[in-house]
Amino acid sequence: MSQVLPADRGLRRVIGDGDALPDGEVEGLGADDLVALYRDLVLLRTYDERSVVYHRQGRIGTYAIFWNHEAMQAGSAFALEERDWIFPSYRESAIGLLRGVPVSTVLSWWRGHPAGWWNPADYGVASICVPIATHVPHAVGFAWGSSLKGEDRVAIAYFGDGATSEGAFHEGMTFAGVTKAPAILFCNNNQWAISTPLAAQTAAPTLADKAIGYGMPGVRVDGGDVLAVYEATREAAARARAGEGPTLIEAVTYRSAPHATADDPSLYIDEERVQEERENECVGRYERYLRRLGALSEEQAEEIRQDALELMRAGIAEAEAEPPGDPALVFEHAYGEPPPGLADDLAELRRILGQ
Amino acid sequence: VSEKLLVEAVNDALHVEMERDPAVLVLGEDVGKLGGVFRATAGLQERFGAGRCVDTPLAEAGILGTAVGLCMAGWRPVVEMQYDAFSYPSLDQLINHVGRYRWRTRGKMAFPLTIRMPYGGGVRAPELHDDSPETYYVHTPGVKVALPSNPGDAKGLLAAAIRDPDPVVVLEPKLHYRTAKAEVPEGEHVVPLGEARVAREGDDVTLVAYGAMVPLAERAAAALEGEASAEVLDLRTLKPLDEGALLASVAKTGRAVVIQEAPRVAGFGAEVAAVLAEKAIFDLQGPVLRVTGYDVPYPYWQLEDAYMPSVERVVDAVRRVLAG
Repeated sequence: MSQVLPADRGLRRVIGDGDALPDGEVEGLGADDLVALYRDLVLLRTYDERSVVYHRQGRIGTYAIFWNHEAMQAGSAFALEERDWIFPSYRESAIGLLRGVPVSTVLSWWRGHPAGWWNPADYGVASICVPIATHVPHAVGFAWGSSLKGEDRVAIAYFGDGATSEGAFHEGMTFAGVTKAPAILFCNNNQWAISTPLAAQTAAPTLADKAIGYGMPGVRVDGGDVLAVYEATREAAARARAGEGPTLIEAVTYRSAPHATADDPSLYIDEERVQEERENECVGRYERYLRRLGALSEEQAEEIRQDALELMRAGIAEAEAEPPGDPALVFEHAYGEPPPGLADDLAELRRILGQ
Repeated sequence: VSEKLLVEAVNDALHVEMERDPAVLVLGEDVGKLGGVFRATAGLQERFGAGRCVDTPLAEAGILGTAVGLCMAGWRPVVEMQYDAFSYPSLDQLINHVGRYRWRTRGKMAFPLTIRMPYGGGVRAPELHDDSPETYYVHTPGVKVALPSNPGDAKGLLAAAIRDPDPVVVLEPKLHYRTAKAEVPEGEHVVPLGEARVAREGDDVTLVAYGAMVPLAERAAAALEGEASAEVLDLRTLKPLDEGALLASVAKTGRAVVIQEAPRVAGFGAEVAAVLAEKAIFDLQGPVLRVTGYDVPYPYWQLEDAYMPSVERVVDAVRRVLAG
């Protein structure tokens, strides 16, 4: 078993800056993998940018923006197997796209339409978790329960820096350590919980340092470096599969977009720092890396961007074409065997609606 | 059939259901080696191994939260909350996830988990070992609630809860864990959820009770003999509620006194009274009265008898209803 030590406070990095900082490479990733990873990044970026537009057009409701979080999501998901499960928070609302959840489904979720809900078992993607950190124990329970059954399945839970203050994070981490669950606890530390900065969230030197208290390794990685994220997650998954238990990954970035469409960060955020971050955003960073490597042509990149846009156009059309949900859906699905009163309520509602 | 204490009947149900279904997994604080602080899970770890009867960290929200994940991995978890009030930290998981997750999956994924816990007062225990928290659970959509009053039902309702496709909270009257002894069927024994039981027949008034209040209602009915003929209706499950049995009994007696140990305001007694007001108003010959705990924190145990519904308070309520 690897030793549990205080986290290395430096950030792991693979992608250089095209100048003094040299590019590294990740062993085992071929040219096709590198392009596939770019495709994932572009899909997420396009989803996010279009969603903000759709929100402004009144076509989806309040939306939690994940602009510049794509490297953390795509890089980590790329390191997992199809049989592994993903437990997203609302910041990862579209991560299911990387597992085959249709664009229209995720858009429907943000439209508050019943078509936006799916069966986690179909994709290995749990429901989008709205309450903060409460899905951390779910991922741990799933991973632990799978290992109790002798199944080789890893679970990854995504959460933000603010989530590490929640009791559910603490209890989930405790269970993960004690049960040696094959789980990856992935913190996207964007340094803001709406308007609350990390310094007001914790006195710990780093979030990865928290891992030692739960008896697991903590790893810090540059959250804007998709390859570093991929590599760190791949190592964590390998540890999990080898029976060595969970890993906490702290991916560090800086939130360079509002928390959500309803937020006004100008009241609290450091605009200069945001500007700096936006100039070095993660998709462009990876694209420049691929160009330096000669692994991606402009034609290829443009085609990938157009494919993603087309998926979004088709997805929003499909979501908007969904017929309005039947009021019966208000009463269905909550129970396998519903209490009898619900049928009376539905009958009454139908009578009043004249149905 | 054999004579068993109520806590032994719980233990029996767990053995039978774990034997019957290899997906059933018990987890909680001290449930394994110790067999639970009340010994409700005694022998399970020896019989089924540490992987199916798991001693967890002392973290109720973590216990229930991991149980949600265990369901997703194909298990049928039976969670023990060590005491009634110890379950409050887990309400976060219960309200945010346990009662909602099936709905989130459009009914495609089941969460067949059982939460069982000793509840209620009268046992001379420290603070927060005496609560009656059923209202929090009944009020949570997606969650069912059962409260056995006797050994046979303790076994049968727990078996039904474990087999149910939905999350079920089973509140076991700890006051009667080792005072109630009765014949319990051997082997598989299931009492379906949603079926109330007439514990005692009567004609003049219906005493509506559940859990630890059922034996109290029976004692009150006995005390009223010669003065009034009281029927005792044991609800057994609060959700689903057997409205048919409730309305049938009140149609017969024309009067109802609802007994609950929990504080009065918005407690389950209020729900029973509302159902009667909506559906039995023309059968009623008097007001529906409630005998409940008071709207104060559960008191120091030297004063708990003054808080708990008593035979005297029930008899007094019946006399007031009959005089009305």
